[in-house]
Amino acid sequence: MMSQSFVLSHLRALEAESIHILRETASQFCNPVLLYSIGKDSSVLVHLARKAFYPGKFPFPLLHIDTTYEYPEMIEFRDRFTNEIGAELRVYTNQDAINAGANPYNLGTAKCCHLLRTSALVAGLREGNYDAAIGGGRRDEEKSRAKERVFSFRDRAGRWEPRNQRPELWNFYNGAVNPGESIRVFPLSNWTEIDVWRYIELENIPVVPLYFAKPREVIVRGQTLIPLQSNVKLLSGEQPEMICCRMRTLGCTPCSGAIRSEAGTTRSIIEEIISFRRSERENRLIDHDQEGSMELKKREGYF
Amino acid sequence: MSIAAQPKTVTLDHFTASGDELPLLRISTAGSVDDGKSTLIGRLLFDTKAILEDHLDDVKNSKVNRASRGIDLSLLTDGLRAEREQGITIDVAYRYFSTARRKFIVADTPGHEQYTRNMATGASTSDLAVILIDARKRFLEQSKRHAFISWLLGVRTLVFAINKMDLVDFSRQIFAQIREQSNTLLSLLDGVQVHFIPVSALDGDNIVTKSSRTPWYDGPPLLEILEAAQPGVDVTALPLRFPVQTVIRPDSDFRGFAGQIASGRLRVGEEVTALPGGQKSRVARIVTFDGDLDEAFAPMSVNLVLADERDIARGDMIVTASKEASQAQTVEATVVWMNEEPLVAGRSYLIHQGPRVVSARVSRILHRWDVEKLETRDTSSLSLNEIGVLEIEASEPLLFDPYRENRATGGFIVVHRISNLTLGAGLIERKSLNVSGRGPLLPEERLQLRGHSGAWVDLSQAHELIDAVERALLTEHLHVVRTEQPELRRFGLIVLTLGYHQGTPDVVVDRSDLHSAIVAIRASTILGALHVFGEREGI
Repeated sequence: MMSQSFVLSHLRALEAESIHILRETASQFCNPVLLYSIGKDSSVLVHLARKAFYPGKFPFPLLHIDTTYEYPEMIEFRDRFTNEIGAELRVYTNQDAINAGANPYNLGTAKCCHLLRTSALVAGLREGNYDAAIGGGRRDEEKSRAKERVFSFRDRAGRWEPRNQRPELWNFYNGAVNPGESIRVFPLSNWTEIDVWRYIELENIPVVPLYFAKPREVIVRGQTLIPLQSNVKLLSGEQPEMICCRMRTLGCTPCSGAIRSEAGTTRSIIEEIISFRRSERENRLIDHDQEGSMELKKREGYF
Repeated sequence: MSIAAQPKTVTLDHFTASGDELPLLRISTAGSVDDGKSTLIGRLLFDTKAILEDHLDDVKNSKVNRASRGIDLSLLTDGLRAEREQGITIDVAYRYFSTARRKFIVADTPGHEQYTRNMATGASTSDLAVILIDARKRFLEQSKRHAFISWLLGVRTLVFAINKMDLVDFSRQIFAQIREQSNTLLSLLDGVQVHFIPVSALDGDNIVTKSSRTPWYDGPPLLEILEAAQPGVDVTALPLRFPVQTVIRPDSDFRGFAGQIASGRLRVGEEVTALPGGQKSRVARIVTFDGDLDEAFAPMSVNLVLADERDIARGDMIVTASKEASQAQTVEATVVWMNEEPLVAGRSYLIHQGPRVVSARVSRILHRWDVEKLETRDTSSLSLNEIGVLEIEASEPLLFDPYRENRATGGFIVVHRISNLTLGAGLIERKSLNVSGRGPLLPEERLQLRGHSGAWVDLSQAHELIDAVERALLTEHLHVVRTEQPELRRFGLIVLTLGYHQGTPDVVVDRSDLHSAIVAIRASTILGALHVFGEREGI
């Protein structure tokens, strides 16, 4: 039986658009890399890239910027997942900064993040001589991201100039660059958080178990739950508690808090998000350091 | 085992929308500084609960909250620091919201003149444009510009939101006046569907629910119009166009052409042509990661295997053999210029039609649009945010359909050869004619070379106007003759007759009103009704 409907479902339309973007990336650049952060968006990106080039091989190496402060479950998942799909994993760490004693407890989160993520990313991309870096950023995440292009130009220093972006019309992506310049590619630009979860459910995509709720030992600090396994230093008066919680986004242990949740499956996470009234980046402490802080970080080269 | 040996299959309903799922609607918004556009979008997001509590807290705590009552909703959408500080929107921002019935993407574009390029960018992918008008300012030239640019880029549903009605006491009369002022313009934008709504974005009147403060307004609120809107054109009903992005060759047995179907539908067994070569073949397989399909449609991303070995590469286009796309090296195109460095006739640029990249020279600039007056002007260059009609000579054939017929294949971007910047956006109008050609002129060649079609104008009831009519038409360089041979109109002449003749005249002038006679003659002869815009009163 042939279907008479010639309308794509919402998720398939997003999928088709992302596949188109990934194929453009592979075609327009000499040395593209997929920025692999281990999070759910990265899982979706990798899945889409497999689809885009089927039955060909997975076309991009994966680059993980390892701050060395990430949850052990993330690293475990990373190694298993990349091995299963037969992708090449490259890991970069800003070893100079770590040797010099950079850590979130002494420097504060803003400075630490600048050194171990932003600077590390720019250095890692330069070291690999990549002309395109694919990331899982979405426009619904934060206000300055809403203005991000799908193909976003970065100058030789890896900087974003939000006032002078290339106009992007139709689905024509201009990826032309001169040596040393690069493009950040965002195939998930038009996806929302709920689209990502629905697609994970539809396609049965593996994600890090930290996303699913279970009782974890945490410290309650303000609105945020900080899992104990993060080696967090207790402030005076703080006591660890056992709370059923999950991570809404993944990052470094000191910076990404958990939320109270009973959602132990993809389906229940989707239901939770529908009823939710708070954005997913809220528990990323670094985004709130100052008004417009994401824009400032992005200008310096953050994803 | 070879990949081709035992393909798994999948049915089309694996990809299609279920029963009542409405397709995503892409909206662009335009309005001038202070018309309250960001507030309107903030209001839509807020009232449909797309705003999350912590984002709302950020706005409440912001140092630049400008609202006199409650929270400043515009801060939800003005994302960049400079914008928040200056209170203007300087770049296109994309917003996402959904209702129980439908999902929406809003391209929030700045409205003032310097940002025509951003408006064009937002409109390029939109199904519907919401154009804001400040009720205190009436239908200004900028509203005209917004409507014109949206229409030019192919948006076919225009919603005029007359905002700040709270500041004019929800006056029915003011609303009616603005509507009236826009009538002449709108009658000239062919194929558009238009809505007018009185709103107050600040207070939420007629945004999500009908306002009790406008009892005289019998239309639906904005959100209801958005939920019910149809995308302008069904792209799956257009002829098949499949721009090839890349060739996938995992082993010697498999050679797939990967791309996203730009328009139309595709079936296994269908005869197709590969452009620009013109080689014909049949579709052997439609491959996806999820399985092989029997048929596919726009905008699916698929991987095509043809029945015959064909030399096809990135930048080529696979089209239905029954209606091929045009190919030409010299075309006429409307170009929106987006860079500080002006476009100059004679200069050479790169043209990107999606994956197809060719080198091209601007051979001449036919004219530019004065988008405030909607008149054309002579020029030798185009500056930032200007719109002009050019002739372009490419080094290799461009593959296209006229933009008005197919948005997916009629557009291109202009790219600088050295800086790689995107300098402009082009909309292909037609293949340029070869004036040095031989043989009889084709009717369309004659039409284009003369710049107007022929017509028989019957002045038998208004003899006294013939001199004035001839003078007026000659002044505009139209090809007009006084003769009693109406059949000469088929050679592209405007024939003025005084006597009685067999047949049906194109224009009958039946009263002594020169102005309406000229308007009627122009309307029936001149290419594209737009050429007459500026001449009419009150536009």
